[in-house]
Amino acid sequence: MTRPLLEVNNLTTRFRTERGTVAAVDGVSFQVAPGETLAIVGESGSGKSVTALSVLRLIPNPPGRIESGEILFDGVNLVKLDDPGIRAVRGNKIAMIFQEPMSSLNPALTVGLQVAEPINVHRGTPWAKAYEAATELIGRVRIADAASRLNSYPHQYSGGMRQRVMIAMALACAPRLIIADEPTTALDVTVQAQILDLLKEVTRETGSSLILITHDLGVVARYADRVAVMYGGRIVEVAPARDLYARPQHPYTLGLMASVPRLDGGGGRRLMPIEGQPPDLASLPPGCSFGPRCRSIIPQCRTERPELIQVADRHAKACFANV
Amino acid sequence: MQAYLARRLLALIPALFFASLIVFVIVRLVPGNIIDMMLAQNDVGADKLSRDQLVGALGLDRPMWQQYFHWIGGILLHGDFGRSLWQNTPVRELLGARLPVTFQLGFMALIVALIIAIPIGIYSAIRQDTAGDYLTRSFSILMLAVPSFWMGTMVMVFPSIWWGWSPQVKFVAFTEDPLQNLKQMILPAVILGTALSAITMRLTRTMMLEVLRQDYIRTAWAKGLSENLVVVRHALRNALIPVVTLIGLQAPILIGGAVIVEQIFVIPGMGLLLLDAISQRDYPIITGVSLVIGFCVMLINLAVDLSYGLLDPKVRYR
Ligand SMILES: Nc1ncnc2c1ncn2[C@@H]1O[C@H](COP(=O)(O)OP(=O)(O)OP(=O)(O)O)[C@@H](O)[C@H]1O
Ligand code: SF4
Ligand SMILES: [Mg+2]
Repeated sequence: MTRPLLEVNNLTTRFRTERGTVAAVDGVSFQVAPGETLAIVGESGSGKSVTALSVLRLIPNPPGRIESGEILFDGVNLVKLDDPGIRAVRGNKIAMIFQEPMSSLNPALTVGLQVAEPINVHRGTPWAKAYEAATELIGRVRIADAASRLNSYPHQYSGGMRQRVMIAMALACAPRLIIADEPTTALDVTVQAQILDLLKEVTRETGSSLILITHDLGVVARYADRVAVMYGGRIVEVAPARDLYARPQHPYTLGLMASVPRLDGGGGRRLMPIEGQPPDLASLPPGCSFGPRCRSIIPQCRTERPELIQVADRHAKACFANV
Repeated sequence: MQAYLARRLLALIPALFFASLIVFVIVRLVPGNIIDMMLAQNDVGADKLSRDQLVGALGLDRPMWQQYFHWIGGILLHGDFGRSLWQNTPVRELLGARLPVTFQLGFMALIVALIIAIPIGIYSAIRQDTAGDYLTRSFSILMLAVPSFWMGTMVMVFPSIWWGWSPQVKFVAFTEDPLQNLKQMILPAVILGTALSAITMRLTRTMMLEVLRQDYIRTAWAKGLSENLVVVRHALRNALIPVVTLIGLQAPILIGGAVIVEQIFVIPGMGLLLLDAISQRDYPIITGVSLVIGFCVMLINLAVDLSYGLLDPKVRYR
């Protein structure tokens, strides 16, 4: 395997809340190879967004803080970078696309400015040139009539169109990694596939890697090379997408699969809730945090915390039982 | 846009009509009678005859509605606001001399207020809960609590005690000697502006905090922008929309403050004119000044509404 583009080791991000500090991301490690698409799946509150935001050091502080771990991007530890250092990475080498297209674009600025801005900021390209590049980018995400669109404002766009603008903005500086945090959750089902196809296409063209955060196992099967399953702030299983579908090994993943009709078919299916409540991060049980909902639970699970260990080629899980 | 402007201007007509009516009536309900005052001052024996003559000469013997229509007719037909009852000078002349002075004071005070309020409000928001934030917030509460007449008085009194400084007695118009005029005006403007800045500062801070929590600000950070760009380019514009409204709402407070500050610093503006006229029950001046002030407030609010379009692209004037 080539050297990973992104290597996250033992990342822990905590938030201070009224009920004490919670580890929203708790000792998470994963890698992303150049050109690879890694999907991160998990229930709401499992720490997917916090993981993504931590990579770009966008955790609001207070109340949050990256407490430990390292984030190696191209060999450089992003956690240790100073302010100008991390700014030079954001939007330039790593770009991010957010879930809410309706609120993620600035309502007071033109679309052209917002797409051209990273080029102007990171490359020092004069605005006129940056706007030319923006026209091209807007065309590339298949917004018709790109040149005349430059001076329009986000409120004149539909949700799907805005997400296209977000993608154009993310592509502006030809990043090596794009992190898309549930880019289609807020969109109509019919538009979802278009946006994901577009994302897949542009990352393939540019050879950039993609971290695709989603609720939707259908999306995972169709777009991801590898999958990391998160539960309660930890990665509980990680495997190539095929393997995960063929041989899920963690009881939680099994539960997710069982709650979804088998793969292939189109997107749009969300994770069905598994029996029981998602874990309360402020009062996790000792041992395995999935314990209270697990059907395969054994005595060891109540006292010891399972670590993520290799169970097959490129396939790891955090569970004591054999399922 | 033009249709909108035309409609807004048309809507001013009924508003001004009611304003004029109210002003006209209320002034005459103020206790104290100008005739008594005049007679007392001239030390004329208040016999019945001279009293009636005086009333007749001033036109106060006619029914109030006739007086009103005479007055409003004069304004509408000839731009004639009547004459001062005491000095017989045309009110329009007085307004012409005093209005620019008050306008200058108000404008300078507004600039001072914005220079104080906006940067400090922003600073206070982006450094929320730091010592600097607490300091500026306490300052704004203090400014809200301290009335500007008290501040003005203190500013007059203490320098004169400590350094024997005293305010210029003779007022110099801007057109005569701009530098000298600015020297005279800066202190009153700063006092009025500081008082005005308190609420604007608080609102700027609140709105900045609100805007900084929005998703599009996170997007701006994720693009790798510096804090300056995030704050100035991405946050400020959105935060200023309600601040502009507030400035419009403050226009009457600004004018009210100007009346007091003019009194303290003896600046011959509308405020001083109005106060003198009220104490002398000089009806035409009172009504004229009030009407013009009302008109200015309405215009300021119209200007504020128009300025939304510059800040918020979603605003369409229909
Ligand atoms: N700003 C914050 N303040 C306090 N706690 C937070 C904050 N953001 C996240 N958390 C904590 O982190 C946990 C994980 O949140 P995160 O947003 O990563 O979940 P997610 O997996 O992205 O869920 P979703 O699918 O709903 O987006 C939350 O349950 C919450 O306890
Ligand atoms: S470690 Fe135990 S409780 Fe946790 S998932 Fe595995 S079997 Fe279930
Ligand atoms: Mg999320």
